[in-house]
This record gives sequence, structure tokens and C-alpha cells, in this order.
Amino acid sequence: MNLTVDMKENLSDIQINIAGEIDVYSAPAVREKLMPLANEGKDMRICLKDVNYMDSTGLGVFVGVFKTVSKEGGSLKLENLSDRLVRLFEITGLKDIIDISAKSEGGVQ
Amino acid sequence: MSTSVDYIEMKIPAEPEYVGIVRLTLSGVASRMGYTYDDIEDLKIAVSEACTNAVQHAYNDENKGEVSVRFGVFEDRLEVIVADQGDSFDFDQKQQDLGPYTPSHTVDQLSEGGLGLYLMETLMDEVKVQSNSGVTVAMTKYLNGERVDHGTTIKNYETN
Repeated sequence: MNLTVDMKENLSDIQINIAGEIDVYSAPAVREKLMPLANEGKDMRICLKDVNYMDSTGLGVFVGVFKTVSKEGGSLKLENLSDRLVRLFEITGLKDIIDISAKSEGGVQ
Repeated sequence: MSTSVDYIEMKIPAEPEYVGIVRLTLSGVASRMGYTYDDIEDLKIAVSEACTNAVQHAYNDENKGEVSVRFGVFEDRLEVIVADQGDSFDFDQKQQDLGPYTPSHTVDQLSEGGLGLYLMETLMDEVKVQSNSGVTVAMTKYLNGERVDHGTTIKNYETN
């Protein structure tokens, strides 16, 4: 049940990679890492390729980050979502609100 | 007989780090029963949401309790009951608050919580919530791939 959040600052944006399970236990740590960037109004690109589990606690974090970063003039983009994660954003209606993109290539278990 | 049911019970401290343990157990039970990958992932989310609610809302700092989880393994379905002994909540009010986001929501209106009950209802076939001194959530998911004529076949063998 490890969760890692790695960040790399580029010229134009910040690339963030999250790996592991985002649930009630790990969500506060994710929020703690992302919120400062949202408060600075950064352009955030978050890769979720290695997120193998997420529920409403994770969605709550991304909604909070999205609200803050939008207010501060930055942006949030979620990338490389698995079919499972796309579905979660679809059924909750968040797909039409937050910028998400599925993985470019198929081929997952 | 076809009505037989096996129960697996566990009790966890009402703390966030133990919700993942429930998920692991659930995963084992559900895959043994033959659920598909997608169904197992749906079950994991729904049951985690119930446990998350119990852990977050049922107990305060001085009053750390336990969360009971019972898996009822039926031939055609899995029933999961999550119960706490903490403070109950107004389910009718919660139900009104829950629901998916719509594009008509302004950014400020987006709530950061409250999706848990909605996800449980969406991902499971049946969800019942009982709220007395604590909250009990009972949810059921049917085995979709179940063969309808299975019971009949066995019966024929027995009578011959």
C-alpha cells in the first residue's frame, strides 16, 4: 500500500507522477503535495498511469486542487488514465469538468 | 443446498490505514467467487466508500471504535455489511446531497466530498443503509456470469 508522488518542474509546467493506491489513508498525503502547487497557480500535468486504485477520496483531492488552481490562474490536466479511472470520472460527471485523457495506447491486463 | 451461505467476518480499528486491508480481503473473496476484474474493482470501491464513511464520520478523536465487516458468500451473489457503532447521520439529507457532478456546476459549487454514497449505489446492485446508534450499510452484487440452468442440471443428476 505504498503511494508515491514525484514532481518535475519544466519551463512551462509541472509534471507530477502519482503511483499506488489513493484512498482514505493516502489521499491526505496527495493533497498535501499538490495543494501548494495549486495555490501558486501552476500549470499541473498529473500522470495517473501507475494509480491502481482510487475512490471518492481521490476524486475529492482532484476536485479541491482543480478549484484552487483554477482560481489562481493555473490549470490541471490528468493524463494516462486507465479504463477504470476514466469510468470513475465518467459516472461521477467529473469527466466534463476536469481535463482528463486516457492512455494513448491500449494493452492493459 | 442452493441456499447455503458462507460468512467471513472481520473487525478493523476505525482508522484509515486499515481500509486497504478490507479491500485485500474483499478482493480475495470476490475473485474466489468468480467475479470479473471489473466487478471486483467496482466492489472494492463500493466497500471502501462504506468503510471510509465509518472511519471518517463515526468516531471522533477521543472515541476510537471499530468497524465490522461481514461478507456473505451466496451462490449467486456477494453481500457485504459494514457496520459501526458511532454517530449516525441523516441519510435522507445525505441522499439529497449526493449525486454526480453536472457541467452546470460552477467551479465554486463543486463539492469535495459526498460522492461515497452515490458511488455505492451506482456500483452495487442493492444498497441498504440503516442508521440508529451507528450506521449499517448492506450491499449486494450479483454474479453476472452465473449459469441459469446450473441448479437444474444438478437436480437432474440427483433424481436419476
